Amino acid sequence: MDMGLDLNAPHSMGTTIIGVTYNGGVVLGADSRTSTGMYVANRASDKITQLTDNVYMCRSGSAADSQIVSDYVRYFLHQHTIQLGQPATVKVAANLARLLSYSNKDMLQTGLIIGGWDKYEGGKIYGIPLGGTLLEQPFTIGGSGSSYLYGFFDQAWKEGMTKDEAEQLVIKAVSLAIARDGASGGVVRTVIINSEGVTRNFYPGDTLPIWHEELEPRNSLLDILSTSSPEPMST
Amino acid sequence: MFAFHIFIFFSSRFYLQDGVILGADTRATEGPIVCDKNCEKIHYMAPNIYCCGAGTAADTEAVTDMVSSQLQLHRYHTGRESRVITALTLLKSHLFNYQGHVQAALVLGGVDATGPHLHTIYPHGSTDTLPFATMGSGSLAAMAVFESKYREDLSRDEGIKLVAEAICSGIFNDLGSGSNVDVCVITKGHREYLRNHMSPNPRTYISSKGFSFSKQIEVLSTKITPLKQKVEVIEGGDAMEEE
Repeated sequence: MDMGLDLNAPHSMGTTIIGVTYNGGVVLGADSRTSTGMYVANRASDKITQLTDNVYMCRSGSAADSQIVSDYVRYFLHQHTIQLGQPATVKVAANLARLLSYSNKDMLQTGLIIGGWDKYEGGKIYGIPLGGTLLEQPFTIGGSGSSYLYGFFDQAWKEGMTKDEAEQLVIKAVSLAIARDGASGGVVRTVIINSEGVTRNFYPGDTLPIWHEELEPRNSLLDILSTSSPEPMST
Repeated sequence: MFAFHIFIFFSSRFYLQDGVILGADTRATEGPIVCDKNCEKIHYMAPNIYCCGAGTAADTEAVTDMVSSQLQLHRYHTGRESRVITALTLLKSHLFNYQGHVQAALVLGGVDATGPHLHTIYPHGSTDTLPFATMGSGSLAAMAVFESKYREDLSRDEGIKLVAEAICSGIFNDLGSGSNVDVCVITKGHREYLRNHMSPNPRTYISSKGFSFSKQIEVLSTKITPLKQKVEVIEGGDAMEEE
């Protein structure tokens, strides 16, 4: 019955998530695959979740765990924003996420990247890996696909990139990980945050670069069969 | 001894521009045994929200009843129509609390003040928001149909046809799904529950004309036993004493 699919496995995000700072803000990136065992439960998921107007979170690991953490952080941040009468900083958001991840480390299976912009420190990226430690870094990668990207980032990341350079780096990195990591796939989503506000972008498969041994994009067999030829099985 | 009552069932839903269509088969199983051939898997949540449930029948039934009562109380309190996102949050927080032990995989659909919504909820408490979704053991068969035929501009009738086709592919190709197709169409201000919308598995008999018996049924013997009086009722007896 299970056909090796293991549909009862917890819903998890074998993922590629990235956060990169550039000279005026940050770029966050993620693939869009959510799987249960071997089955792709959602091929267009959004793993870059909004926490406040100026802070976003990339989620990896168990979908249920990361959603609950992001829901709590969003709730606390909104409360904090009202009490303070001004937008929460990225540092506060990251610290709340760390607090929840660390104090519930035995219960949670999730790695997070917090990114955003505030008037005190500008664009900031924080990584919160499994145990609940907080790492402030110029760029962070996470999820199963990140194993394929460490060397690439060591080579390709430069201090003081422009917005477009940073976004192109993120798209390239996520598409490289999608090409080699079976648990990452679908489309590339990016979120750019700077003093001007937030821009969300979406890059479907046929707009991504083609890597080693990949084929040119083409129409689905289903489209070709239904428009041109008659019934494929007709006698 | 009571075995788990498991519906491996399958339900699917998808939505058109101004409404949502939910569908489900009607088979409930207990291990290899089909224990109910015509059960209902599309559960009521609110007048404008319904929910398909797969997994353990007791759990889908219980979680769905519990949340629908919370929604009703919430409506009494606020005097407003329930929202789908409210039902979603109540369901996911309950399921997350039980860490996957409440085996309910749900497809939640409805239309509220903010428009049509479709969500899937997994037993561990994670949720997805999609234009079309399937759950349960037949979800792969149904998803194959949706992936090849779903369009954004489906009309109501085309939508019902597509959902029924997806459920049928679960009924015919998945052993955990079977029997009939239930459909529920929700649009703004309206809801139509099409119980047994299709019955692709009618019961068949060896003789299509039925059966006849050569001679009339005869009475072999008749015995009448008169009722016996067991108690004698005495008029004007002594009254019961109290002390």
